[in-house]
Amino acid sequence: MTLIDVRDLRKSYGGRPVVDGVSFAVEEGEIFGVLGPNGAGKTTTVESVLGLRVPDSGTVRVCGLDPFADRARTTLVVGAQLQESEMQGKLTVAESLRLFAACYPRPADWRALAARLGLEEKLDTRYARLSGGQKQRLAIALALVGNPRVVVLDELTTGLDPVARREVWALIEDVRAGGVTVLLVTHFMEEAQRLCDRVAIFDRGRVAALDTPSGLVARTASSTVISFTPSRPLEEDVLAALPGLASVAHHDGRVTLAGTDETVNAVIGLLARNRVSAHQLRVTDATLDDAFLDLTGADA
Amino acid sequence: MSAATASPVPTAATTPRPGRAVMRAELLLFFREPGSVFWVMAFPTLLLLVLGFIPSMTEPMDEMGGLSTVEAYVPVAVLLSMIMAGLMAMPPVITGYRERGVLRRMSTTPVRPAAVLGAQVGLHAVASLISAGLTLAVGRVLSDVALPRQVVGYLLTLLLAVVCVLALGALISALSPTTKIAQAVSISVFFPAMLAAGVYMPIQQMPDLMAGIMEALPFGAAAQALNQAAAGDWPDWAHLAVLALWTLLLSGTAARWFRWE
Repeated sequence: MTLIDVRDLRKSYGGRPVVDGVSFAVEEGEIFGVLGPNGAGKTTTVESVLGLRVPDSGTVRVCGLDPFADRARTTLVVGAQLQESEMQGKLTVAESLRLFAACYPRPADWRALAARLGLEEKLDTRYARLSGGQKQRLAIALALVGNPRVVVLDELTTGLDPVARREVWALIEDVRAGGVTVLLVTHFMEEAQRLCDRVAIFDRGRVAALDTPSGLVARTASSTVISFTPSRPLEEDVLAALPGLASVAHHDGRVTLAGTDETVNAVIGLLARNRVSAHQLRVTDATLDDAFLDLTGADA
Repeated sequence: MSAATASPVPTAATTPRPGRAVMRAELLLFFREPGSVFWVMAFPTLLLLVLGFIPSMTEPMDEMGGLSTVEAYVPVAVLLSMIMAGLMAMPPVITGYRERGVLRRMSTTPVRPAAVLGAQVGLHAVASLISAGLTLAVGRVLSDVALPRQVVGYLLTLLLAVVCVLALGALISALSPTTKIAQAVSISVFFPAMLAAGVYMPIQQMPDLMAGIMEALPFGAAAQALNQAAAGDWPDWAHLAVLALWTLLLSGTAARWFRWE
C-alpha cells in the first residue's frame, strides 16, 4: 500500500524553482530516504508532505489525504521531527511528552515511549539541559506519541557525534519494526546506505535517481575501486586500455583505478604478465558516496 | 480514511484536552521565569507599598483634587503590571518560540500554534489582572485607599487596557524577526508607555498640553478612565474610545504581519 504519493511536485520561491517536478511513492513499512546536497529541495518537499507548504503544482497524498487541504486529519496520521525545531527550553521531558500526548485523540503511552527511547532517566530534565542526542531522541518520541502511521525525520542526526548517531539509527530501525513507515531526510550517505530500503537522490529540485542503496551503487560507472602500489611504474596507455575502466589516478606512486569487476580481473592479469608485484592491493566496492557524486555530477 | 484503527486506550493522564494541556505547559513556563513573575505580579504592588510607608505620600493634596500621592498611584501601579506583562514579558517568549521553531513544530500536530499564542495572551492577561487585584487590595488594607467606587466602569477600563497592551505586545512580536529585536523595541516603547501611564508623574499633575497628548495614547486614556472610575464617575467615553481604537489598530496590524516561522 502506498502511504506517501508525490507527483510532479513544483514549488518556486521568488521565481526560482526549488522543487522542480519531483515524483516518488513510499510504500507502507518502508524506510524511504531523501538524499541530496543542501538546496536540492529536500526540506521543501518534506514540508509539502507535512502540509506546511502549499505546492505551486503537482499532487501530494499522505494516507490518501491532501496534507494541505486536510491538515487536521493529516496531523493525526503523520508524526514529524523538523529540522532546527526545538521545544520550550524550560519544559521537562515528561512535560513535553505529556503536552504532545494531549494533542492527539489516541496517543501512545508516553512513559513507555520514553523508556523505549532511553529517556526514562531524563524525564525530569529540562529540554535546554539535554544533550544533542537526548534532544533528538525526544524529537523521535514526540513524533511517535500520536501513534502515527508515517513519521517524517528531517536531518535527524545532523550535529550528533558518531556514537549518538548510531544509537539513533538503531531507534529508527526499531520504529519501523513497530510498523511505522519512515520518510528520512539526510545528507549522510552512510546513514542512507545503512537504514533505507529505497533512496531518492535529489539534485537541483529534481529526483536524479531512485533505487535501493545497492541498486544505486551498482548503477554508477565505477562500482569497484582498485588501488595498489606497483613495484615498478606501469605505462599509462596499458592502464588506459583496461576494460570497464572509469578513471585512473596516481598519487605518491600509488595507482587508483575505478571500474567494474571486469577491470579487477584484467588488472590482476596485467600485473602477472608484466611480473609486477602490487603492494597493499585493495579492492573495495564503491559506496553510496560515489554513486551520489556520480549522479549529481558534484565534485568531491 | 480514519486514523490508526488499533490504538491503546488512552489513560486518564493523557485524556486529550489540548487547550488545557497547552495552557498548563505555558503556565508552568511562566512561573519558571522569575523575572516575569516579579515584574508583572510583585513589582507594581511593592511600588505602592513603598510609597505607602512615606508619611507625606498619604497626605491629601489640593493639586490632585484631594487625592494623596498613594491614591493617585494605584491606577498607575495597576497599569504598570499590564505594561510589564504585555511589553516586557510576552514578546520575547513569542518571538523566541518562532525563532526556535516551537510554533512550527506545534503546527504539525492537531493543535494549531494559535493555541500557544492564545495561551500566552490569556495567561499574561490573567496575571496582570491578578496583579491589579493585589494592588487594589494592598492599597485598601495597608494605605487605606478606597476601592474603586464605579466598579463596572473600572473593570471595563481594566479589560480594555489589558487587551490593548497585549495587542501592542503581539504587534511587537509580529514585527520583530528576533528576540533581541523584540526586546529592543519593547524597551523603546516601555518608557513612553510608563510616562503615559503616569509612573513618573501622575497624569493629574501634568501640564494641560502634556496631559492632552497622553490622553490620546492608550495608557494615558486608561489612566484617566481609571481615575474617574475610582472617584465614582463613569469614565469618559472618549477615553474608552481611544483605548478601543488603539486596540483595533494594534491587533489588526499584528494579525496582518504575524509570521509563524
